[in-house]
Amino acid sequence: MQVYDLNKNHIVTPPGEIALSTNQLQVNYGNSKQASMVDASLSFPRFQITALIGASGSGKSTYLRSLNRMNDRIATVHGEIMYHNTNINSPKVNVYEVRKHIGMVFQKPNPFAKSITENITFALKAAGITNRQELRQRVETSLKEAALWDEVKDDLNKSALALSGGQQQRLCIARSIAMKPDILLLDEPASALDPISTAKLEVTLKELAKNYTIIIVTHNMQQASRVSSYTAFFHLGHVIEYDQTETIFQTPNIQATHDYVTGNFG
Amino acid sequence: MTPNQTDRLATRFIQFLVLIVVLILLFLLGDIIISGLPHISWHFLTSPASSFSAGGGIRDQLFNSLYLLVLTLIISFPLALGSAIYLSEYAGDNWFTSLIRTAIEVLSSLPSVVVGLFGYLLFVIEFHLGFSILSGAIALTFFNLPLLIRSIEGSLHAVPNSQREAGIALGLSNWRTIRGILLPMALPGILTGIILSAGRIFGEAAALIYTAGQSAPILDYTNWNPTASSSFLNPMRPAETLAVHIWKVNTEGVTPDAVSISAGSSAVLIIIILLFNFGARAIGNRMYKKMTGGK
Amino acid sequence: MDDIQKKLALPSKASREDIIGRIVSYSCIAAIIILVISILYFITSRGLATFLTDHVNLWQFLTGKDWNPGSLNAQGKPQVGALPMIVTSFSVTILSALVATPFAIAVALFMTDIAPKSGTKFLQPVIELLVGIPSVVYGFIGLTVVVPVIRNLFGGTGAGILAGTIVLFVMVLPTITSLAVDALRAVPAYFRSASLALGATRFQTIYKVLLRAAMPRLLTAVIFGMARAFGEALAVQMVIGNAVLMPHNLITPTSTLTSQLTTNIGNTIMGTLPNNALWSLALILLLMSLVFNLLVRYIGKRGEIKS
Ligand SMILES: Nc1ncnc2c1ncn2[C@@H]1O[C@H](COP(=O)(O)OP(=O)(O)OP(=O)(O)O)[C@@H](O)[C@H]1O
Ligand SMILES: [Mg+2]
Repeated sequence: MQVYDLNKNHIVTPPGEIALSTNQLQVNYGNSKQASMVDASLSFPRFQITALIGASGSGKSTYLRSLNRMNDRIATVHGEIMYHNTNINSPKVNVYEVRKHIGMVFQKPNPFAKSITENITFALKAAGITNRQELRQRVETSLKEAALWDEVKDDLNKSALALSGGQQQRLCIARSIAMKPDILLLDEPASALDPISTAKLEVTLKELAKNYTIIIVTHNMQQASRVSSYTAFFHLGHVIEYDQTETIFQTPNIQATHDYVTGNFG
Repeated sequence: MTPNQTDRLATRFIQFLVLIVVLILLFLLGDIIISGLPHISWHFLTSPASSFSAGGGIRDQLFNSLYLLVLTLIISFPLALGSAIYLSEYAGDNWFTSLIRTAIEVLSSLPSVVVGLFGYLLFVIEFHLGFSILSGAIALTFFNLPLLIRSIEGSLHAVPNSQREAGIALGLSNWRTIRGILLPMALPGILTGIILSAGRIFGEAAALIYTAGQSAPILDYTNWNPTASSSFLNPMRPAETLAVHIWKVNTEGVTPDAVSISAGSSAVLIIIILLFNFGARAIGNRMYKKMTGGK
Repeated sequence: MDDIQKKLALPSKASREDIIGRIVSYSCIAAIIILVISILYFITSRGLATFLTDHVNLWQFLTGKDWNPGSLNAQGKPQVGALPMIVTSFSVTILSALVATPFAIAVALFMTDIAPKSGTKFLQPVIELLVGIPSVVYGFIGLTVVVPVIRNLFGGTGAGILAGTIVLFVMVLPTITSLAVDALRAVPAYFRSASLALGATRFQTIYKVLLRAAMPRLLTAVIFGMARAFGEALAVQMVIGNAVLMPHNLITPTSTLTSQLTTNIGNTIMGTLPNNALWSLALILLLMSLVFNLLVRYIGKRGEIKS
């Protein structure tokens, strides 16, 4: 495997409003001295899709999961995560509020063993929304936004586990956006889906980007270039390059990025 | 002898031993049921015991066993649930957790007579609860806790981690995730665990003879006031259970028809425990099917 | 400061819920710890009273053969020799485990290697049923079936170590079996296939590979069975005869630690020597269950290193 200089990088700051940014983020799993993520400093533009790409084990999930503190129990995270002028990586911050505003969808669909409706309303009720009208409204809107409404509107009381994989994943997205988050983190949301479901999901994401800031991890480079406006390339726990998606895929500044996007990596 | 002959012989030998074990079980069940069933009658189940004359029944003992079971589960289930939640959801990988696990292991390996004697010492004597259903239920709780904790923890553990992450990622508290998502998914396993432990509680006697006592005062089944001394609901009265009854009529040797009473009681005991076992399996399967959407 | 920024800084319903959750589950755990500590403490302090308050010599207690705590011997010392009960307890424990182990391993092998599918389907319920039968029922059957048979065959009362061993054998059988099944299942499949591929017969594989690889856990299974036998009270009490006499053979009435405890603790007065002496027997039971526990851990650790 070719050795690249991990300290050589090219990172831009997108113009316009920044929804979320990290400063020198470092992640160590468990008691490990070996950092799985080093000095990641990235800014994510508001109402745009940013893709995180890189080989397996390069730290994409590690980075993404740190953004809404999902790594709290398994890793130590150093550095700053700035959101609404607050460093949400501070232990003093209300982590539940963080996760309400920064939602996450996982690689494997993980609906609750409840009905479709309850999957969406469960967290809403916990957040204090009890008005039936409002709950019904949120179920409908979120399912429509996730492009699932037409397929399930007639059996909303059916168990979510009886849906297909692609439908389950869109339900998980609906469940997240029903909380009206600001930012949506998606970790390879399409990896368990067939091409048709994937295409649907991509359309959905583009639609969602009008109202949400989206950060998506993907292994699929076509997908990254199709949906995102910015792309970050990760390698061995380092951010090597971050720029507009076009630049990353057509005229990257770093050799490693070039090799990776042209398939000559490793 | 060739290796193949040895192999065949060894297999035969193993099969022979297995056959003996099966025969033992068949003999046990057959003996209990065949010698017990003829003694079970409506009269036997519904009349009070008599110590010195033949023809006594097991009404009060049967009721005491059931009442004690319910009280024990009421006390032990919340404790076991809380502890299991701690172990499966909150405990870190550190010395404190291993200390707790050791403590629970020690508790589960204590002979039930020791647990019963502890209950006798602390509750019957020090706390002046006397021989009472309450003392018995507390002793049975100690005896029941480790197993129940283990089975609940196992059921919680079997819930995929992705369900925890799904809940947390929506901004739910851990507690809400546990209550609303993990526990419902673990419910079939938890119920199975409870019912199986109910069978164990129902048959236990050693922990009870010095806590719930060995006497069954005449009960008034029409008195619903739990503070009245003759009320069947009074938790402060001594209460001989069915299992203790079997032990007592056999060791005291004053009841003329001790053997037939024990045979009948044993059959009743075994039948109820068998029902618990089958019930546990049936309920577990059924709920599991229902929850996974019939798939 | 915007709205979201404020929310991020303040506790919410979710943070309060989590505090409740922690309080609830931590208190349950605390209760368990307090419980275990108080069991250890109370039984120990009671059990030591014989030696600390009544000044009985520990060595004489463990090796003396005469048990009659209510009266004094020729030297004017109380007669609290627990040796007969200790010997009987260990005898029934070791004998029943010795008899049960071959059966348990045979049943386990049948379920894991000889007829995995039908064997498990058929024998699993058998084991569960055996576990489910309450100990008083075992005692009752011992009293009405085993004791008379022994009496007819060998004379005497029929009660004694032999009867106790037979009853305990059936009681520990399911314990050892189900743990032995776990032990054998834990041996990776490639151990078997490698051995069979080398041309070994099934028996050679079982004997040379399987049992050896599973040995630490099989030992653990036997120790669990012994712990159950050692602590079993009522079933043994019903068939052992309950005479505190040094056992000279397998068919004379004698007494185990547990049977002596259950028979007499209610007949003695708290705080007197006869009562304290019984608590000392309980202390022996407690210590032995800790010893079994330690043994299991020790063997478990050694087994880990080997594989
Ligand atoms: N829970 C964990 N505990 C310890 N180490 C972990 C854990 N999760 C990931 N790692 C390590 O962190 C590094 C980065 O893993 P990560 O999952 O972030 O990679 P990834 O880029 O998401 O890979 P993939 O494309 O395969 O999902 C890897 O070396 C991995 O072994
Ligand atoms: Mg990943």
